[in-house]
Formats: sequence, C-alpha cells, structure tokens
Amino acid sequence: MSVANRPVHRPLSPHLQVYRPQLTSTLSILHRATGIALSLGVLYLTVWVVCAAGSYETYARFQAFNSSIVGRLVLGGWLFCMFYHLFNGIRHLFWDMGYGFEIKDAYRSGWIVVAVSLVATAISWIVGLRLI
Amino acid sequence: MAEFTLPANSKVGVGQTYAAPAGAKNIRKFKVYRWTPEDGKNPSVDTYEVDMDTCGPMVLDALIKIKNEMDSSLTFRRSCREGVCGSCAMNIDGTNTLACTKFIDEVKGDIKIYPLPHMPVVRDLVPDLNVPYAQLTSIEPWLKSTTQPPTRERLQSPEERAKLDGLWECILCFCCSTSCPSYWWNGDRYLGPAILLQAYRWIADSRDEAKGERLDNLEDPFRLYRCHTIMNCTKTCPKSLNPAKAIAEIKKLMVERTI
Repeated sequence: MSVANRPVHRPLSPHLQVYRPQLTSTLSILHRATGIALSLGVLYLTVWVVCAAGSYETYARFQAFNSSIVGRLVLGGWLFCMFYHLFNGIRHLFWDMGYGFEIKDAYRSGWIVVAVSLVATAISWIVGLRLI
Repeated sequence: MAEFTLPANSKVGVGQTYAAPAGAKNIRKFKVYRWTPEDGKNPSVDTYEVDMDTCGPMVLDALIKIKNEMDSSLTFRRSCREGVCGSCAMNIDGTNTLACTKFIDEVKGDIKIYPLPHMPVVRDLVPDLNVPYAQLTSIEPWLKSTTQPPTRERLQSPEERAKLDGLWECILCFCCSTSCPSYWWNGDRYLGPAILLQAYRWIADSRDEAKGERLDNLEDPFRLYRCHTIMNCTKTCPKSLNPAKAIAEIKKLMVERTI
C-alpha cells in the first residue's frame, strides 16, 4: 500500500500534560472538587449521627478520631470546602447575571473568594472550639 | 468523556537535538512537538538551538528560521505574520496564542511549542480543525432575514453597530476552544467558545431576523450548556476578546425568552 493510501491514526495533541495551570481553570476544578467533597462530608456526618445514636463507646471512639490530627484535617478541610463552594457559588451567580467577565475582575473575584473562604474557615474553627 | 491521559499512540517521546551553528553566542532552545504520519512512530519533542543574534523577535520568526536554516521538514501553518489571519495558533509556553504576536522574550527558559491542545494532529504543529469548522457551519454564520430586502444597505444605528464590537474581530484561530477543558472532554458535542462567540455575533446583530431560530439551535445540554464559566478562553484569546462573556449573554437570552 502506498504511503498516501495507508490509514492514518492521528495522535491526540497533549492537553493537560502541557497546558499551564490557570487561575481560572484551577478555581473552576476546585469548585467541582469541593462539591464532591461536600457530598462525601454528608456521609461523614451521617456516620457521626449514627455513632451518637449508638453506645457511649462508639461515640467516644468517633470523637477520639475527630480530635486526632487526621480528624481535624478532615473537619477543617470540609469546613473550607463548604465556604469555598458557597462563596464561589455566589461568584457564579454574578457571572450568570452577566457581571465580572473581564479577566481583571475574574482574577480579583477569584482571589477574594479564596481569601474570604480561608478567613471564614479560620474564624469558624476558632469560634467552634470556644463554644465546646 | 474526560480522559486525562493521552492514548498510547499519542504519548510524547524525546526527539533529536539540532545544535546551533558554531560561534553562536546568544542561544535559546526551542522544544517543538513533532509527528509525521509516515514512519508509524509516536510524537516526539525535538530541540532546536537557535542563534538569537540572527533571529527576529517573535516565536514565528524563530520557527521560520528553523525551517529555513535547520530543519526544512518542520511543519506549521502561518500566513499574515501580524495577528489577523489566525493560522499560526499554537500552544507556546503552556498557553494558546499566535506565534506571530508572541515575543520570544516573554518566555522564560526553553520555549516549548505544541500544537493546539486535544486535537488530532495532521503533522507537527498542524492540528486537524475539521470538527470546529463543521461546528461553525452548524450555527449558520451569515445574515438571515425573512422580510423584503431594502433597496439599499440594511441600516444600523451606531448603538446597534456597537453591540458587534468585541465579536466581529474574532479571527477563528481556535486558541480559546482548545484552551477549554470542557471542549477537551466534550468537543464532539459542545460547540466551544470560538463557535459560541460567532453564534452570538449573529444573535446580537440588529439586522438578523433569525434570533429565535438561532437560540433554538443552541438550546441543548451539550452545544451551549457545557460551558461552566471556566474562562480559560478569555484568558488566552490573542485578540483580547471575551468568549466567556458572549456565552453568558446567550445564556441570559435563553432565560429571558422563557419569562
């Protein structure tokens, strides 16, 4: 068969492998990731409630996990996920109304969402510990 | 569907190195994606050491110099060399842009050049753009009217004409569509930012009388609504246009006509 008639299996050009991470796409995928994490967090909350409905020992064991370093990371992470998803959701509502599409504005609102989420996480964490 | 890794035949290997001519003092390395249908091999990245003292300032200048002086087999599209034709769109230093308007000095370190992302490769830096062109055809990018044509031009007020600014300037280079992760994963059914901006260019035209029909054609979970406002499109547009904004305007019109 001549070269011209041979079937060609074209390669796919590199995408994620070469595209430099952008603030725009990073915050977008973070929105989705935090959404998934929140759904998983509901499972965690369910286990928590089930443990509370169980014996004193099962609840104590669950609480022991919550107070461990890993448990605190999970809870703190979940808290951040909730705030990020909430505030970035509000950012999406503004987009849906047609505002904030200049790159300058999208960057500003993106960084604001990240900063406000971190601050809200920290405040909730501290206030939460005081209340216990 | 989203596939995050490259298929086996698309994995990129290491290619050859073309050394700079002896005596060159100001050398920069260009790492360029290569693939030819002729040898049945996987793509690779060749390294060209270019003498910057005898090279123009733009990435396209370097590519032309490489083709003229180092490796005539290097294949890429180019035409106007001034950012109005859209031919030399490619992925340079990790983002999509036009080689002719991208300064080499803007890139730190080696200059990495790939074809537009997530497209079938025809050869080297030439992607197969048949799908986006077919998608352009699907939105019928021409003035449509049902009323009797006027005897002279179809008139527009300056305000009506101003609504087309930021839309008509699109050169269809597809930098935006191929920067969009949503287009990567669903490019067969999602129209992508370039085509949706074109669609809005006709929807926004006061002389066009097919607005409802055009919106009907876009009212689809994939064609329009795979846009998740990621905004890589607007970030990368070499003409500083705003496809994300145009898509948002279409979505707003979709809502407005139902209330």
